[in-house]
Amino acid sequence: METWFSLLVTLFFTVAIYLLLSKSVIRILLGVAILGNAVNLLIFTGGRLTRDVPPVIAEGADTLGGPAANALPQALILTAIVISFSFFAFLLVLAWRAYEDLATDNTDEMRVAEPVSEPAPPLGY
Amino acid sequence: MAVSTSAPVDLSAALVLTPTSAAEWLVVLPVAWCLAVGALLMMLRRWAILQPVIALAALAVLVLIDVALLDHVARNGPTTMVMGRWLPPFGIAFTVDLTGALFALMAAAVAFAAGIFSLADINESGRRYGFYPLLMLLMAGVSGAFLTGDIFNLYVWFEVLLISSFGLLVLGSEREQIDGTVKYGFLNLVATTLFLVATGFLYAVFGTLNMADIARKADELRAGAPLMTLVGLYVLAFGMKAAAFPVNFWLPASYHTPRVVVSALFAGLLTKVGIYALIRVTVMLFPVEREELSFVLALIGALTMMVGVLGALAQTDFRRILGYLVVSGIGSMVAGIAIGGPGGIGGAIFYALHSMLVMTGLYFASGIAMRLGADSSISTLAGLYRKHVGFAALTLMLCFAVSGLPPFSGFWPKVMLVKAALDIGAWWLAAALLLVGFFTMIATGRLFLLAYWRESTRPDAGGTTRLPAKTFGPLAALTLLALALGVYPEPLLAMIQNAAAGLAEPSAYLNSVFPAGGPQ
Amino acid sequence: MKSIIFRTVAPFLTGLMMLFSIFVLLRGHNEPGGGFIGGLIAVSALAIYGIAHGVVTVRRAIYFHPMAIAGAGLFAATVAGLVSLFARVPFMTGLWIYPSVLGVEVPLSTVMLFDTGVYLVVVGAISSIALSLEEGGGA
Repeated sequence: METWFSLLVTLFFTVAIYLLLSKSVIRILLGVAILGNAVNLLIFTGGRLTRDVPPVIAEGADTLGGPAANALPQALILTAIVISFSFFAFLLVLAWRAYEDLATDNTDEMRVAEPVSEPAPPLGY
Repeated sequence: MAVSTSAPVDLSAALVLTPTSAAEWLVVLPVAWCLAVGALLMMLRRWAILQPVIALAALAVLVLIDVALLDHVARNGPTTMVMGRWLPPFGIAFTVDLTGALFALMAAAVAFAAGIFSLADINESGRRYGFYPLLMLLMAGVSGAFLTGDIFNLYVWFEVLLISSFGLLVLGSEREQIDGTVKYGFLNLVATTLFLVATGFLYAVFGTLNMADIARKADELRAGAPLMTLVGLYVLAFGMKAAAFPVNFWLPASYHTPRVVVSALFAGLLTKVGIYALIRVTVMLFPVEREELSFVLALIGALTMMVGVLGALAQTDFRRILGYLVVSGIGSMVAGIAIGGPGGIGGAIFYALHSMLVMTGLYFASGIAMRLGADSSISTLAGLYRKHVGFAALTLMLCFAVSGLPPFSGFWPKVMLVKAALDIGAWWLAAALLLVGFFTMIATGRLFLLAYWRESTRPDAGGTTRLPAKTFGPLAALTLLALALGVYPEPLLAMIQNAAAGLAEPSAYLNSVFPAGGPQ
Repeated sequence: MKSIIFRTVAPFLTGLMMLFSIFVLLRGHNEPGGGFIGGLIAVSALAIYGIAHGVVTVRRAIYFHPMAIAGAGLFAATVAGLVSLFARVPFMTGLWIYPSVLGVEVPLSTVMLFDTGVYLVVVGAISSIALSLEEGGGA
């Protein structure tokens, strides 16, 4: 099953990188969202896939009854989801503000901080 | 609540059973303290007058905590505390060695200086917007990154400092800032995602995330696991965070846009977190792979230095010149990591500490210069020397320090790096280091000549002015510290040599995490 | 939004979802649930109320500024970790007490305090973003 999942992860990464290479901020944003999910799937697959029961210890017992799914990747993914979710929300607001203030969503035209032409520096002292 | 069963589990191998000593608390205290104060400041957002008072007091306490931590680590070696009584590798460990403690202390000192400078630089609306809570959360992230002993936890602290840096960067919401933040935000997010990709692969290979555990297991796994791919990913991710060539372009695009004190903090702290992580991963966890990658790293280092300093020569804006100088400094540190050995790693650590001080100081100077001259371009800035002689003298000292001239703090790391490069026969790297020093001298000399020494032609130039202590004080303090480290570097040098030795031979680090050999 | 059905239902829906979010928060220690997911449910409740009755109404209803709520949550979570300082156990160790209220044993723990902190952080941070997006999008 890991093989199929790794192919899926590849597909996610391909789409994400394709979108990230775009010039439009909103497409880059979508790329970032897909990239986050690609990584989450990657970690999930990296923790090895099993179709066992969830790692919950039964009432009245001290240990797991038998083999169970690996819980650590799930914890890692939950953390990563929370983080990438908040980043996505922040960048969404930022992209909206950038579109309002700079009147463009094309990264090539975002040259406010680094103007295209500047006056030449003084050549003599 | 506790359920009794027929077969109780013996947890003594997995749980901390001894009472925790106060010294162990020092390990997590910097982070917990910053988080608590930052949260408090978030709640007190209406009391704009109280905010700087609380934040400054908290930063002063943070400096004291970090001094105590450094003292403890220097006396007793690496110290570990694990969260929630779980022993490593089950629990998240905070492990501090000399390297981490040195970086954390310098970061706290720089942040305290920036806190004082912010009194003059952050106005009422900036306080209401939340400058001080964001500053404390940034420090929580930075301290956490320096002190943690778990690689996924390192990722989390990277994100904490990243999200607070976003907030600081857009503080004021001018058009330039929005533009700079778009580039900073997206590229840094991609960098941390790459870090997470590498960590995901690392977990798939090692089945552990504890750094000491990884260092222990790397040797057995080397034959069958794609460790080189892992290290390559880490180098790319941390290189992007540290703004190494060819992924450095976000830094000069954004660092000149925010408030001066924010630029100063970022230049001092953020790229150095990337360098610290690079040192931690390549030197301590995967030394064999670092050895194999050393030529690539050396090439990255040399190109970063060159691109940085040539960019600085081409710019006319005070802060954009400084942005390129930050990049150039990163090149020297990467070169140190490439050289390896006590000289190379020690030189890289020393250079990073020196760069924290000096780049923050130079950004402070740019802020004062912009206020005195009402402009930021060195085409129009002039006559600053006549306006304030002491300020000009301090800036000149910082210019010398950043170029690596004695008797300032930049001299010793440069000596260490050049000597280490010559020792391993990398004469071209030594030549690049010296040439970059020379070019930096020209770039900063040009800055000083035009902005400070040149006679102002404007009729309203006026005579001398006085500077408030809250801007002049931090600048003077940082400059004098740079001078002190240049004149009397022995204590710091000794500590750095121990730190580099501890990274190259991490048995003390491992013993601190796994006392008595650890599980199995 | 103008629909009268939606405007009438929204307050009840918000109240129910708020109650449910607290239920999810409290059952989270031993069963699926917890502070993060509970917080998200609470934020959706606020968002629904905002769509129906406007952002100003929501801001007045939650009284505190969203970021102040997030700050309170972060503070609670940090304090929950620091309590173990006094018990001489490592940071973030879960500590339990079982006071008896009216003859019923109520288990209280630092873990619950931490989870409540997470709940408040999520409510504060996400509702701050959601409300500012609703303000910007509606204009």
